[in-house]
Amino acid sequence: MKMSGADALLKALEGEGVEVVFGIPGGASMPIYDPLVDRSPIRHVLCRHEQGAGHAAEGYAWATGKVGVCMATSGPGATNLVTPLADAKMDSVPIVAITGQVPTPVVGNDAFQEADITGITMPVTKHNFLVKDPAQIVETVREAFHIARTGRPGPVLIDLPKDVLLAETTYVWPDSVTLPGYKPTTKGHQRQVVEAVKLIMKAKKPVLYVGGGVIKADADKELFKLATTGQLPVVTTLMARGAFPDSNELCLGMPGMHGNYTAVTAMQQSDLLVALASRFDDRVTGKLAGFAPNAKVIHVDIDPAEIGKNRAVDVPIVGDAKDVIAKLAVELTKRQEEAGGVPDRTPWLQQLAAWRQEFPYRYDQQPGGALKPQYCVERLNHFADEDTILVSGVGQHQMYASQYWRFEKPRHWINSGGLGTMGFAVPAAMGAKVGQPKKRVVAIDGDGCFQMTAQELATSNTEQIPFITAILNNGYLGMVRQWQELFFDERYSGVWLDPNVPDYVKLAEAYGAVGLRVEAPEEVDNAIEKAYSITDRSVVIDFRVDPTEMVFPMVPSGASNDDIILGPEGLLPTNDPAEAPIV
Amino acid sequence: MSDFHTLSVLVEDRPGVLTRVAGLFAARGYNIDSLAVGPTETEGLSRMTIVVNVDENPLEQVTKQLNKLVNVIKILEHDPGSAVERELMLAKVKAVGDVRARIMEICEVFRVNIVDVTASTLTVEASGKPEKLEALREMLSEYGIVELSRTGRVALSRGDRGIRERQALRAAN
Repeated sequence: MKMSGADALLKALEGEGVEVVFGIPGGASMPIYDPLVDRSPIRHVLCRHEQGAGHAAEGYAWATGKVGVCMATSGPGATNLVTPLADAKMDSVPIVAITGQVPTPVVGNDAFQEADITGITMPVTKHNFLVKDPAQIVETVREAFHIARTGRPGPVLIDLPKDVLLAETTYVWPDSVTLPGYKPTTKGHQRQVVEAVKLIMKAKKPVLYVGGGVIKADADKELFKLATTGQLPVVTTLMARGAFPDSNELCLGMPGMHGNYTAVTAMQQSDLLVALASRFDDRVTGKLAGFAPNAKVIHVDIDPAEIGKNRAVDVPIVGDAKDVIAKLAVELTKRQEEAGGVPDRTPWLQQLAAWRQEFPYRYDQQPGGALKPQYCVERLNHFADEDTILVSGVGQHQMYASQYWRFEKPRHWINSGGLGTMGFAVPAAMGAKVGQPKKRVVAIDGDGCFQMTAQELATSNTEQIPFITAILNNGYLGMVRQWQELFFDERYSGVWLDPNVPDYVKLAEAYGAVGLRVEAPEEVDNAIEKAYSITDRSVVIDFRVDPTEMVFPMVPSGASNDDIILGPEGLLPTNDPAEAPIV
Repeated sequence: MSDFHTLSVLVEDRPGVLTRVAGLFAARGYNIDSLAVGPTETEGLSRMTIVVNVDENPLEQVTKQLNKLVNVIKILEHDPGSAVERELMLAKVKAVGDVRARIMEICEVFRVNIVDVTASTLTVEASGKPEKLEALREMLSEYGIVELSRTGRVALSRGDRGIRERQALRAAN
């Protein structure tokens, strides 16, 4: 079938199952927009900034498990996608970015709105393509989607010069993708699985260290089976919240810099870490040399480069988490049957239960006192149903959200972990809502983050994509303020934002959203109930929270996880076994 | 142990692939000592020979990262004892008066060719093991080297197997 390159592009996207693209047009990408008028069923969500389009594609991908698609024109449009691409690379989010490029005869000529976007995005994409021949558009789209969604997922960019989009070509759908240099190992080696289970059977203090890859692999059911079969305690990292239900007694919650005492200390004192699609990130391990000093390590990951990168491994298993965890569960069941049951680990489980009792997350909300951000999160959670998708930006509010929201299901928590991209929440929430229109989407955001991408509220209301944004407004870049308070002698510098500027209620209204303000703890419930009752437009709640509140527990950057600070009083519990609480 | 390692990297002959490989080394903080690229026995595939000076452990990380590049097909780290490694060098040496004869004598000993002659210089073409070229360069430098160009190392493993079978064999072990 003869058609233009642009028509072939859209038809190929359709062939890949794309229903929606987030984007902004421009000179070089205009040919793509013509078929969108009446020849393509694909929905185009017109964003207000390309960064918003990119994060929306990420939110869509997180919420659906499908590949998110964003689109921008050449030059500045394309460079505005760099941050979401880098974000998607760090958090292994499958997205495809399509960029217009200046016509091939002027590529390299410093033409108007020209940027070498394949060169610029090389380090922040899993792969990228510059298509110079219209006959290769369809094949390239297929390769891009294949690369984005398989193996360790990630962002792929396709750069399309305008003349290539305008040229006539023949549409041919290739039956298969041929990439001789790309063959991810998905099946875990059975011999390694057997070795791993031997270690699990012997372990007295095992911990399943679950990373975001378990969610990407849709391996939550397999994980549940493995954990419950072996009665193995689970920590879920920031990226893995919801991979294992918080309500289960085996769930210890989030480890890491702002993780809870039990999760952090369980890993520290463990004799076997079973790392499942997690990557020993510095925010989890603290000072690497002091991390879990007595633990043997089983590391399951689809990316061989992650195995042994930060921590030496006793049993490496390369493969898809779904496949490997299922095999581990089968093998463990068999071994436990042979051994006459689950190995007795009563002292360990009792120890964990005691820590949980003694060191829960805590804050102090006085009636009539300053409004605490943690309280806002707890109440937002209280009134939300189980299908509510929670999204956050980056900073204190992100940590409160991860700490105080109870996560029960995968793909219901979306945030920027690896790159730590402020401004992620609003556009990602919008993308999530497009992907899951029947579910309520709540973005918990900071006032600093919100101002970076708030313009997408306009998109949400013109495109009827309603979601709720709860701003934990403390008038500061709160996490930086916290570090200045703790590590820079309270010398605050460049962190004051002013909670009154802008007026978030008026700003919401200006964007066609509903704006609500909450200044006291007594007003919290009413505002949340009202916000949750509005479903025809977006809502912004301006929670005026205590600017002096800090995120605890905290392992200071570069410190050992043994030196976890539990609260503002700077209490340093000891991990010396002789002094640790004894059950 | 920090040491020189020779990697053969089989890549698809696509635009940008050199940038991807070189960029990966730079982004992860590794210095490339030399890099040579050229076509191979198979159309559409190029072979890069990369010499890096790194510890054993980071080298494993860099080869794993290289393997993740979509255009990279195979990687082989050469065992120095069982690889043929060669390099080509061109050197323009000052040669006025009676030193010309001495330079020509050196070239004869090293079995290398003189490929260009002027009234004041001789240009020497030498190929061989990197150590041999280094020794020659040192000898010639006494007379003054005007300019020097080296290709960087190329390597093939000894024996009857190619890079693809060899890597498969290693993986199986």
